[in-house]
Parts: sequence; C-alpha cells; structure tokens
Amino acid sequence: MSDRLKIFLLLAPALTAIIVLFMGGLGIGLARSLNYMPVIGLVDPNFDAYWTVFTSQEFYLSFLLTFHISFTSTVLSSVLAIGAALLLRRQFIGRAIINFLFQLNLTVPHLVGAIGILYLFSQSGSFARLAAEWGMISRPGDFPALVFDPYAIGIILQYVWKEVPFIGVILLANMQALGEDYESVARSLGANRWQAFRHVLLPLIFPGLLSASVMVFAFTFGAYEIPAILGPNYPAALPVLAYRKYTDVDLEARPEAMAMAIIIALLSALMIFFYVRISRRNIRS
Amino acid sequence: MHNDSPWLRAFRGLAGAVLIVWLVLPLVPLAIWSFARGWFFPDILPKQWTLSAWEYALSERAGVIDSLGLTIGISLAATALSILVGVPAGRALGLYKFRGKELVELLILAPTIVPGIAVALGIHSVFITLGLNNTVGGVVLVHLVPTLPYMVLVMSGIFANYDPAFESQARSLGASWLKTFWYVTFPAILPGIIVGGLFAFLVSWSQYILTLLIGGGRVVTLPLLLFNFATSGRNDITGAIGIVYILPGIIILILTARHLSGRNGAVGGFGRI
Repeated sequence: MSDRLKIFLLLAPALTAIIVLFMGGLGIGLARSLNYMPVIGLVDPNFDAYWTVFTSQEFYLSFLLTFHISFTSTVLSSVLAIGAALLLRRQFIGRAIINFLFQLNLTVPHLVGAIGILYLFSQSGSFARLAAEWGMISRPGDFPALVFDPYAIGIILQYVWKEVPFIGVILLANMQALGEDYESVARSLGANRWQAFRHVLLPLIFPGLLSASVMVFAFTFGAYEIPAILGPNYPAALPVLAYRKYTDVDLEARPEAMAMAIIIALLSALMIFFYVRISRRNIRS
Repeated sequence: MHNDSPWLRAFRGLAGAVLIVWLVLPLVPLAIWSFARGWFFPDILPKQWTLSAWEYALSERAGVIDSLGLTIGISLAATALSILVGVPAGRALGLYKFRGKELVELLILAPTIVPGIAVALGIHSVFITLGLNNTVGGVVLVHLVPTLPYMVLVMSGIFANYDPAFESQARSLGASWLKTFWYVTFPAILPGIIVGGLFAFLVSWSQYILTLLIGGGRVVTLPLLLFNFATSGRNDITGAIGIVYILPGIIILILTARHLSGRNGAVGGFGRI
C-alpha cells in the first residue's frame, strides 16, 4: 500500500466526522442565516437576518458584555496562571496539595463551578452572610451585586477559578520540560530576577501560553451555561441571546439565531487572529 | 538561584495557602447545602442538618441514578468513538509529512477555537434531516466534535515519538497484522490512549448546550438535571446532584494520576476541559 493511500485511509474517519458535523454544522447555519433553505422552497438568499441583528441595540450591548467577559477572564487567568506555575516550580509546603487540586479542578465541569460561585457570591450567599455576621450589612440587598450584575463579576470569577488551573498545568509542563538552565545562565550573566523572567523564560513558555489562552478566549466567548446561571438577563451574553432566539416560539427568529451563531464564529476567529498577532509582536520584541 | 530570602519564602507560603483555599472554596457551599434543611440568610451554617436531599436524589423517582447511568454511557461511547476515529488520524499526523498537512491539522483543531454555540445550532439543523435529534446516538455523535481534537492532539504527539520499524520487524518475523497490533503497536501507544481517552471522557462529561440542543430535552444527562434544579432554586437537591456529578471525575483522576504527571509529554499539549 502506498504511503499516500495509507495517510488517506488513516485520516478518512476523522476528516469525515469533522467535515460532516463541524463544517456541515457551520455551513447549514450559514445557509439558514441567509434564509436559504431549498427544502422548504426558500431559494433566494438575503441578508434580512443580519440586518435585523445589526440594527438591534441589544446585540451590541450583548457583544460588549461578552467581549468584556472573555477579554478580562483570559487576561486575568493567564497572568495568575503564570504566577501559579512559577510558584509550583519551587519546593514549599502545600505544593503537592495544589498540584492535586489543579488536576481535580480540571475534572470539575464549568456548570458546577458556576453554581458554587452563585452560592458564594450572591446577595444571600456565603460572603453576604459573613458580611452580615460582621455587621457590615443588615439586609441581603445591601451586599454588592456580584452575580447577575452588569459587570459580569461572578462569571469572570468562575472562569478564573476554572482556567487558572487549566493554563497553569500546561505552563508547568512546559517549564518542567525546559528546566532552569537558561535562566541560570541569564542570572549568572547579570540579569535580575525580572529580566530573567521577561527576556528568557516568558518567550520560551509563550507558545504554550498563547495556545492555552486562545482556547480560553474562544471557550468563554461561546459558552452558554455559565452566563445562563450567573449572568444578567439584559443584556445577556451572546450565546444566551442566540439560544433564546433559536428556541423562540416565533420560528421567524431562527435565521436571526443562525446569523448570530455565524457572527459569533467570525468575531471569535477575527479577535483570535489579532490577539495572536499583537501578542507575538509584543513578546518577541 | 536557590538563595531565596525568607521574605520570598513567606510570600510563597502565603500565596500557596490563598490558592488552596480559592481552589476548594466554590465546592464548599454545594457540599453544605446537600445536608442543609432551610439554610436561610444570615445563618453562616445551617441550623438543622438532614439527609433528605440525598434521600431524594438517590431515590427512584428523582431520576438522578438513571441520569448518572445515561451520562456515563454517553461519555464512554463518545470516548470509544473518539479513540476509534482519533488514533488513526493521530498516526497519520504524527508519523507522516504530506502535502496539506497544515490544513488537516487546522480542520481537526478548529472545534477548539470556534465557539461551540456557533456550530451547535447548525448541527441541530443537520441532524433534523438525518433524524438524529432527540436520540442518544445523536448526542454521542455530536460529542465527537469537542472530544476528537484532544484525542488527535494527544495521539499525534505519541506517534511523533514512535518508531514504526518495530512493526515491520514483527511482520517480517511472521506475526500477523492483528498480532503485530496487539503485541507491538498497542502497548506502545497505550499511555496516549489513556490520557487522550481521559480528556475525551471529561470533555464529553461536561457538555451542556450540545446535549440540550441535540437531545431536545429527552436525553437528560446529569448537567441538564443539575441546571434545572439550580435554576428552580432547590439548593439542597442541587448540592447533592452537584456532588454526584463531580465524583466520577475525581475517581478517574485518582485512578489515572500516575499517567497525568507533568512529565507525560501528552499533558503539555492538551486542550480545554
């Protein structure tokens, strides 16, 4: 059997699955967002659904909220994960516990984390009760709104909780593979702690950090259940808005939902493209 | 590098302590709620403790046990499917250089960087025509989209360090194709199958929106049940189901911990869970 045939046969099942399910899903979504459904006699594609989406104020508010959630969560998680990975490189009391908790956290679904954050930070949650115990507030309403709030603080806290271990585990694996020789050389040549980190270690772990944080950004931009549990009702996060439109009793809203799904995919791809370009330029220089 | 000042060591200890508390904290109220009876503001701890949420959650009529079985079945099936489909693809990407390889890699990794909701709505429409909506089979199939990239990623890493010459030696010594696979290939790639399979299982285990859409509310996995109780304000039952939902992951983690150490090359390249 020739190599070319072998490669083709080995890849065929995976490519079939991706093309039919993933590309098929995107393709049908695109067609339906353009009101193009030959099966039911819609053969003239148009941009009506996109027009409706782009002229609604709710869409822009939702986009801003979702972008804020993804951007803030990704930056916070990346910075804290670098710190955590640096910490876990060193021997200290509790290191084994944190290592175990990091892996444990990876197995806990986001939904469970979201419910946990809800019970901790809501206005009748654990922290509000502690505040009442210490006489800082007298009613649940006095506690600052940290969930269902316009700044999506609860959602961001949940993502930071889940994503610091995720990025941290990847960075730690990278750091362990690298060892400390490069930094030792830099230090012996007179670099201080910060310089050794900024100009030696950071560029070396950057590829792993970049791919992990891109995954985090894409996930947080498209996740449904976390903003559904912890997010404000209006404006809702984009995925929540798209799902609402899709399950609207009015079937006319479905192309609108599809248009939003396509816009989410395009925006996410566009933002990841610029993110990768900008961060590459800044780290390498 | 190891002449650290006591201040730095104290800072590390403090940061470590904060990290430990923060990692455990969100799971604490879930566990407390599952044993609480009427735990109202401003009580720091419940005034009365009870097992009634657990009695309900583990009873026949709650459907939690059925749902647990269904969720395990779906995740195992999705994992098996992604091993069957992902191992050959990993072999092709790890062992060979060929034209269009970057494109193939991009296609296979695309589901990890394109938000799930964007694909889910379209797949729902595809499945309407295929008659796969509202079926367990359809849900298993759709879980292949988020799980497959991790499987292929891990396996291509394993095959990149694999020498196929052992296979041809076994064949030239008269071993059949099946024996060669079973005695030569399989033991060599098993660590990758375990790690990739673990990720695939956990990714499938945590799916919510794909199951909700494709299952149409008829395939009720644990996350769907949990979401319903969480949004209906039954905090005690939500707590119990939440604990039931995270236990299998913890058990798997303990069983496979030795495969997951930072030294395993597969961990450095894996994707989201």
